Amino acid sequence: MKTAVVVFPGSNCENDMVYALGLLGADAELVWHRETDLTEFDGVVLPGGFAHGDYLRTGAIARFSPVMAEVGRMATEGKPVLGICNGFQILCEAGLLPGALVANRDLRFICRPVHVRVEQTNSVLTRAATPGQVLAIPLNSYEGNFTAPPDVLADIDAGNAAVLRYCDADGVVDETTNPNGSAHSIAGLTNAAGNVAGLMPHPERAVEDILGSSDGRVLLESYIATLAAEVPA
Amino acid sequence: MRFRVNITRNEGLSDPEGVETARALADLGYDEVGEVHFGRTITLELSGEDAAAATARVTEMCRRLLANPVIEDYTIEEIE
Repeated sequence: MKTAVVVFPGSNCENDMVYALGLLGADAELVWHRETDLTEFDGVVLPGGFAHGDYLRTGAIARFSPVMAEVGRMATEGKPVLGICNGFQILCEAGLLPGALVANRDLRFICRPVHVRVEQTNSVLTRAATPGQVLAIPLNSYEGNFTAPPDVLADIDAGNAAVLRYCDADGVVDETTNPNGSAHSIAGLTNAAGNVAGLMPHPERAVEDILGSSDGRVLLESYIATLAAEVPA
Repeated sequence: MRFRVNITRNEGLSDPEGVETARALADLGYDEVGEVHFGRTITLELSGEDAAAATARVTEMCRRLLANPVIEDYTIEEIE
């Protein structure tokens, strides 16, 4: 059971991610974005940061990094693929998740803990969590505002693809508890198979009480449990 | 040959810069302004002489990289 954590030029959360996954018992290893063979890995994480400077659009250039062919292969094979913050943006640009992430509603960089509610537990990100569970996890982004055309949003709803929504401490989801204007308060998404997921908040920064919250553990534990599980061909 | 690509956010999608700018214009008394939409201009210099072929290539570049077809539309014009 071994996971890759991809390093793009401009990634900056990769070491936090390796630390957090190691803390939770996973064997995590950094791989450079020019790597073209991830066959030794059971899963892959795209960490936060500013890959390729976020030039053009967030994730737009990173999605053509050589390693992304392998990320696509693993996604197709049902292996766990997780994108956090910039990694989520890259997965959307690559078409592995629907929609796109644009500038926050209030045009402010948001760097504070937020609450998210677990909406469903059939994903690589939430299988160890409980439906309705409220988690306090740091958000750290300027382009975290999820948007998509109406038909795509309808598909997301119909497919129950939203795994996390922004909420308050009591789990209430409405526009006043939506920090960045994301459509339908979406903080995290999965694909139809449940093996590819992305989220804007940073669970790797909430894995020990000394960090202010250990609520991110259950999400990373979900990922690790999926790594260890038999993956249907 | 030089081409100018104009990329715009599709209508109905979140465009916070546009919303804020519309509000500021209203504050300045420009009451006739409705929605404001932001975009991006990219100028490309291409080798070759065949404008039609070049336009086809630039269209492909827009589709694959320069624009995000999920949320953006684009126009292409040859400027020289």
